Amino acid sequence: MSGAAIAAGRVGGRRQRRPSVKRERRWALWGSYVALVVFAIGFLIPPYFELVTALKTSQEIGSGRNPWFDAHPYFGNFIEIVENPVFQTFFFNTVKVTIVVVAITLVMAILAAYALARMRFFGSQTFATGVFLTYLVPESLLFIPLFKVLAFLHLINNTWCLALIWPTLSVPFCTWIMIGYFSSIPKELDEAAMIDGASHLQMLWKIFIPVALPGIIAATIFAFTVCWGDFLYPLAYLFTGKEMVLTAGIVSDLIHGDVLDWGHIMAANIVASAPPVIIYAFLMDYYIAGLTAGATKG
Amino acid sequence: MAQVQLRKVSKSYDQHVQAVKAVDLDIADEEFVVLVGPSGCGKTTTLRMIAGLEEITDGEISIGGEVVNDVPPRDRDIAMVFQNYALYPHMTVFDNMAFGLKLRKFPRSEIKQRVDEAARILDIGTLLERKPKALSGGQRQRVAMGRAIVRHPKVFLFDEPLSNLDAKLRVQMRTEIKKVHQAVRTTTVYVTHDQVEAMTLADRVVVMNNGVIEQVGPPQELYHSPVTRFVAGFIGSPAMNFIPCRVEGSGNELALRLTDQLSLPVPPSLADRYGAYRNREVVLGLRPEHLTELKDGGKPNVARFDAKLDVTEPMGMEIVVHFRINGTALCGRVDPSVRAEAGEVLPMSADLNHMHLIDPDTGRVV
Repeated sequence: MSGAAIAAGRVGGRRQRRPSVKRERRWALWGSYVALVVFAIGFLIPPYFELVTALKTSQEIGSGRNPWFDAHPYFGNFIEIVENPVFQTFFFNTVKVTIVVVAITLVMAILAAYALARMRFFGSQTFATGVFLTYLVPESLLFIPLFKVLAFLHLINNTWCLALIWPTLSVPFCTWIMIGYFSSIPKELDEAAMIDGASHLQMLWKIFIPVALPGIIAATIFAFTVCWGDFLYPLAYLFTGKEMVLTAGIVSDLIHGDVLDWGHIMAANIVASAPPVIIYAFLMDYYIAGLTAGATKG
Repeated sequence: MAQVQLRKVSKSYDQHVQAVKAVDLDIADEEFVVLVGPSGCGKTTTLRMIAGLEEITDGEISIGGEVVNDVPPRDRDIAMVFQNYALYPHMTVFDNMAFGLKLRKFPRSEIKQRVDEAARILDIGTLLERKPKALSGGQRQRVAMGRAIVRHPKVFLFDEPLSNLDAKLRVQMRTEIKKVHQAVRTTTVYVTHDQVEAMTLADRVVVMNNGVIEQVGPPQELYHSPVTRFVAGFIGSPAMNFIPCRVEGSGNELALRLTDQLSLPVPPSLADRYGAYRNREVVLGLRPEHLTELKDGGKPNVARFDAKLDVTEPMGMEIVVHFRINGTALCGRVDPSVRAEAGEVLPMSADLNHMHLIDPDTGRVV
């Protein structure tokens, strides 16, 4: 600043405001908080509404009074849903297929990721990108051709058809997560193991899997969430209550005729959402560590 | 215990970049050989080829008389210590050291005995139950060495093992490595870019540059009789001075003309050796300890000159002085009792009994 400008500033009696790191940080924090609060409210309104509705009787819901608050919570919807054999069937169907799919996903993703991250071979890079690209193909494009495949295999309206279909959603992304995690493990570690006498399988089993446990947990959570929450495929391929899973079953089989039983539907939703919420709550740190591994080269 | 032999070993990447060019090297049983050179000289690639971690493009490597070109690392009976230790983070120190033995199905009692023995040699007996993250850098390096020792391999390979340690610990670990080698007497190939490490540890030093071996020899030989300008400049700290000059004179009276005003007489004992270079441009190589303050009654055959000092670096036991002759930056070592200040003119002497003459065309010491 020139001397004249300083003099002019003084004459005017005003102090020049210089940007300060502290002030900028304060503004950035305020901005972040406002954005986060808006974001959080936007995402929490539906589950909150769901919970409030689930805690009301059918009469209270039908009256339409005070939809955002309930002074006298009614737990009958939850008790009836948990005791409902149809809901129990949905729940156990979902649990068994999800466990099988998570297991299939982990085996396939870990083996594929190890090969793609560590074993140099012709086209490995293209393969890795290709795996990720398959993840980008939307379900809505695939469900009709896949219907033909399942019909050919006589697996339509069979819960286990999902054990064949869901890995197409979970394996590519889990492989991608595991490639990132395995790539972040220093190369010297497998070289040391190689010199120590380990074969590729021993290296994977004794070194990579224990070291990449956070990544594996992240992949497990992702695979679990994808299966547990998938709606389109069960809706397209399963018809009867005996074979149904939670997502499609709640909206199809819990509707009695033309009457929407909102209390039970909402209670069923809350109960169905509980396992993923509990898993996220306990394993959130691993999930984040797993997703961000490989983002920066250590 | 074993010898290691490299015969015309080459390594190319993508058929364009040749990292190692037809290297020949014989390493004797129980010998400690250090590969040293600047970054990208091919020393680590050579070590990794011995380990089997890099494929050989051409040539032959044998360990203990057996050609190992196509033998996988685990069957070469070697052990390697890495720059970043490469300890298995989820295993205890004991398990890290025992891992290789467990894979080879050694009996439990023998594994314990070998680990305890290595822990005793390396003084890490109290750390066996710890995980690597609970260890300091020096302790991790000891564990990495322990992992190598327990295997009783034919050859130890060290890839810049001290680079990640601070200066003080590096000196300490250097001594430890030497002690370990004296205790276990295993053939060792050690890679470093630090010439002090190379000089202090090695039975023989291999100086590499641009993928080729410049010189192989015991540390003292490399220091006093370098065969190329590169070796002369790389070994020794501060580095050797190189001064362009012209050989003049006749008969036994040779002199090196540095500038119009400055001509240094060559000792008569060396006149024969350098006579053939009369009237030719050469490069004089002289170590800083041979450019000192002028002493009364000093050695004979010492050339005298005045140096205007640019920078002085008091080191305690000596003062390193920097000055220029005809635009060439030079470095000398003077006694701390001498009043050496930047900007002053100091009477200096050049001890040409230790001079090297380098042919500028070939880069080789004459």
